[in-house]
Parts: sequence; C-alpha cells; structure tokens
Amino acid sequence: MTSAGPAAAIAAAVRRGERSAVEAVEESLAAIAAGEELGAFNTVTAESALQRAHRIDRAVAAGEDPGCLAGVPVAVKDNICTRGVPTTCSSRILEGWRPPYDATVIRRLNAAGGIVVGKTNMDEFAMGSSTENSAFGPTRNPCDPARVPGGSSGGSAAAVAAGMSPLALGSDTGGSIRQPAALCGVVGMKPTYGRVSRYGLVAFASSLDQIGPIAATVADAALLYSAVAGHDPLDSTSIPEEVGDLSDALAGEAAGLRVGIVAELSGEDIDGDVSARVTAAAQSLASAGAEVGEVSVPAAVFGLSAYFLIAPAEASSNLARYDGVRYGLRVPAATAADMNAATRTAGFGAEVKRRIMLGTFALSAGYYDAYYGKAQKVRTLVLEDFAAAYERFDVLIAPTSPTVAFGFGERTADPLAMYLSDVCTVASNLAGHPAVSVPFGSGAGGLPVGVQVMAPALGEAAMFRAAAALERAMADRRRAGSASP
Amino acid sequence: MAERISRDEVAHVARLARLRLSEEELERFTLQLGDVLNHAADVAALDLEGVAATSHPYAVGNVLREDVPGGGLDRSEVLAQAPETEAGQFRVPPVRGEAP
Repeated sequence: MTSAGPAAAIAAAVRRGERSAVEAVEESLAAIAAGEELGAFNTVTAESALQRAHRIDRAVAAGEDPGCLAGVPVAVKDNICTRGVPTTCSSRILEGWRPPYDATVIRRLNAAGGIVVGKTNMDEFAMGSSTENSAFGPTRNPCDPARVPGGSSGGSAAAVAAGMSPLALGSDTGGSIRQPAALCGVVGMKPTYGRVSRYGLVAFASSLDQIGPIAATVADAALLYSAVAGHDPLDSTSIPEEVGDLSDALAGEAAGLRVGIVAELSGEDIDGDVSARVTAAAQSLASAGAEVGEVSVPAAVFGLSAYFLIAPAEASSNLARYDGVRYGLRVPAATAADMNAATRTAGFGAEVKRRIMLGTFALSAGYYDAYYGKAQKVRTLVLEDFAAAYERFDVLIAPTSPTVAFGFGERTADPLAMYLSDVCTVASNLAGHPAVSVPFGSGAGGLPVGVQVMAPALGEAAMFRAAAALERAMADRRRAGSASP
Repeated sequence: MAERISRDEVAHVARLARLRLSEEELERFTLQLGDVLNHAADVAALDLEGVAATSHPYAVGNVLREDVPGGGLDRSEVLAQAPETEAGQFRVPPVRGEAP
C-alpha cells in the first residue's frame, strides 16, 4: 500500500475526534498567509472555512460522521462556481462576480466534510500553460519562485506543493491539471470525460473540459476524485457508470500490468532530462513485474494541431456570453452593440482574445471544412490510435510536460511556443480518456518531473494502479538513496 | 509560405467576435494567428477522406427528465449580479442606437 497522504490523515483524525477541523483549517490559513508572495490564491475564504470547521467539530462531538473529507482544507480553482464567493476565472470581465449557485463538485465536497479555503489563481478562462495570463498577476512555482508553476491550474498546484492545502480542485481542457502538477512536483489527475459533473464549471471548451484533483499523493488524489465524481442530472454529459472502489488499485501492484511507452512522446520534442525520468519510470515498473513495451500512437502528437482548432472554436462560442448584460463587467456605451464590444475589449486579456479570434476564424464560412471540420476528423484518428494501443496495453506512459518548469516571460511573446507545452497532454482530452501526472524525481536544476499515466475511457482503476506503483517505486528509490535529488 | 490569415481577415473576425483591436494588436495578432495556423497546416493537409468527424468523446444524445417543475435560482440573487436592472429585468442600452 502506498502512503495514505496528508488529506486522508486529516480526515481520519478528525473523524476519530483526535484532531479538530478548526486546527486543520487554521494551519492551512496560516500557510496561505505565509506564502502570499506565491500568488496562489485570488480569494481566501477564511471566515466561512472556520465556520464550517466548527460545524464539523460539533458534528463529530455529537457522534456524527462528517464524511470522507472531514475537516480537510481544499483549494478550488477560480473557474468553479462557489455561491456568494467571487469566481473570477482570473479575468477582469468576471471581477467581483458572486455566483448565485454552487458547482456540483462544491456541493459534493461540502457533503463529504471538505472545507473550501479559497479560490486559486489560473490563466484567464483556463487559457494558458503558465498562469502568466491571469489578470491578477502570475502564480510562482513553490519549487523555484523565479519559475512558472505551469497552468492553467497553476494556483491549485502551487497551493498543494507549498503545503497551503492538502487538496485542490483544478480543471483540465488540454493538460491544465496534469502539467502544473508535474511542474510543481505534485499529483494531478484528469478523469474520464463525464466522470465529474461540469455543472458550475465556467465553460472553456465543453467537449474537453473536466474537473479533477491535485494532491500530494496518488491516494489523496483518488480520495478527492471519488468524493466529487459520479452521475449528476444537472450535467447531461455526465456518465452513469459507478466510480467503484479504488482501494485494490491503490495497492499499486505492478505485476501483470501491461505498460506501453508512447514512442511519439519520447523523441526530440522532449527534453533529455525529462525523457530520462520516463525511462527510469518504465524500468521501475518493469522491475516490479509489469510487462513494458513501446507503442506507436501517431495521433498523440498531431492531435495538438487539432486541439488548437477545436478548443478555441468551442471557446469562441462559450465566451460569447460575456456581453455585459447579465453579470460581470459592463463598459457603458450608447448602443447595446457598442456596449458589448467595449465590454469585451476591456474585459478580456490578450490570450483570450487570440483564442476567441482563432476559434471564430476556424468556424467561419470558407474555412470551416479546412480547419474545424478536419480537426474533428483528426479527433477520430486519435480515438482509433488509442484503441489500437489499448488492445496491447492496459496503460500508456509518457512525459506530462516536455520540459521542467520554465522562467517567467520565456514563452509569453510567442503563443505557439506556449501551445507546444501541451503536446503530451491534449490527446487524452480529445479522446476523453483519464490521465494522471505522478512526480518521478527531478530533471534540470533539480526541478520536478512528472510522468503521465494514461488509460482508456473508464480505466481509472488501471491508471491509479500504475500511478500508485510509480509512487511506490519512487519512494523505494528514495529510501535506497539511488534517486536523483 | 502562403499567408494563412490576412490582416483584413483578422479585422473581420474581430468584428464578428465583438472585439476592437488597435492597429498594433491587429498587426501582432495577424502574425501570431498565422503562426498557429501554419502549425495546424499538418491537419489541413491530411487526406481524411472517409474519416468520420468526432464532435464529442462519446456519442451524446438528448437527455430527458420527467416534466416536473424544479426549483430555479433566486431571482433577486441573480439580478444582484447584473450591471444594470430595472423592474426585475436586465437593462441594456438601446439596441438600435436611439433612446426609447
């Protein structure tokens, strides 16, 4: 069994009455205050978090069980609606907006005894891979504050990496949970599309978006995932299948597991220090009894071009709702059309404008077939290539990010360079498959490297099994003193 | 390499998307969008004859429920978030450019 993790430890102690939820929340709030210069949070909900913690402690004292997340502080990405609490998507256009309802994941988190301690910084509307696109300033990587935490869920990953909260929720449209988790040295998981309700998640690209957990350990990630997943009548794309018990998977038994290394994600597009860690991960799994081989998934790479047509196309439609009428910013003007344009021009940042225009173009008359239409066909190829790979393998492994954490400003001048950060992660979104990033040692400059485990739709159990095996192998290497620092 | 998107097309797309661009932004976005579309050229160049399009990871259909009235959002709470309201409704500037 892998280590249960700090979140599970808090919940167990609170449920047994050995530790108070108030103390757990106070500890979290103190860490958030101490790390303020990291810019991980847009809003800290200290007062409501302490109130909830008191209620949980009273419930335990009265002999009730508050649930599997009892007293556990959770940081929530600022694109997940929290009733009465600002939800900005790190955009000027939603600054100060207080949603009139809670997202389903928030309701489930509350029902399980979890405590929201704040809303985390992100790339505006989840568009970016570095959290530099936030209207409220960037988040810094706790491993090296001169570097980005990745993105778009950079605030959530930084919060967990800095010990501000043992758990966080992020959202992943093209790698936005996994890539920042990799760059910050924590676990980040994107569930199968439809596993977790998107009700109350501010939409970016609806056929790709999925909410998922960020945690210090694989078991903690599974704990949060299990608490928020499951069918929701409020999201018609949520799927009816039961999440199931993951405790067997979390034992991390590698023997008999068939693991494919994605050939296309081990070449020149990937930095050598990162590739070396993926190779080490494969060796660890093999020596633990897994059957390891190489597999070609051609569409895994050219899926990136399809992604950068599909995601902006969906975004251009989804973001049409920010028109200054019902919520958020309004820049006054004499006519409704002028007001719409003035509001959007002032409210959106450059990257959001770029993607809206790219998507509008890809969908426009004369270009639809050449771009959006072809991208949708490539999506079919991605599904077919994965299906062929999963005939021979239970899970696939690859890097999560082609590089370790990079410096501020290194990629902001060239949007294409930033987009290439997502080369390892987008295929899982196009296919709707689950994938997780697990820290596996370090690369250049001692910075964390994440190894990605991918699985077919509904294959979370196999995915967690391989992830837990990797985590255990890494812990064994550390104990043996053979790991890189 | 052929220009994949012209300055005029960027200006047109910005109008469709209700965004106003400065001359400098127009210049920059034309170059940047061109770069991304060049990268996407590998998709545009693929022979995908006979390949079906996938719009969604799963086949999605209509989801129906019993026609039973459920609770909605609280009207005053919703309107409290609007930039301008009047008589329980969202208020917008004149659509046709003249005061009503």
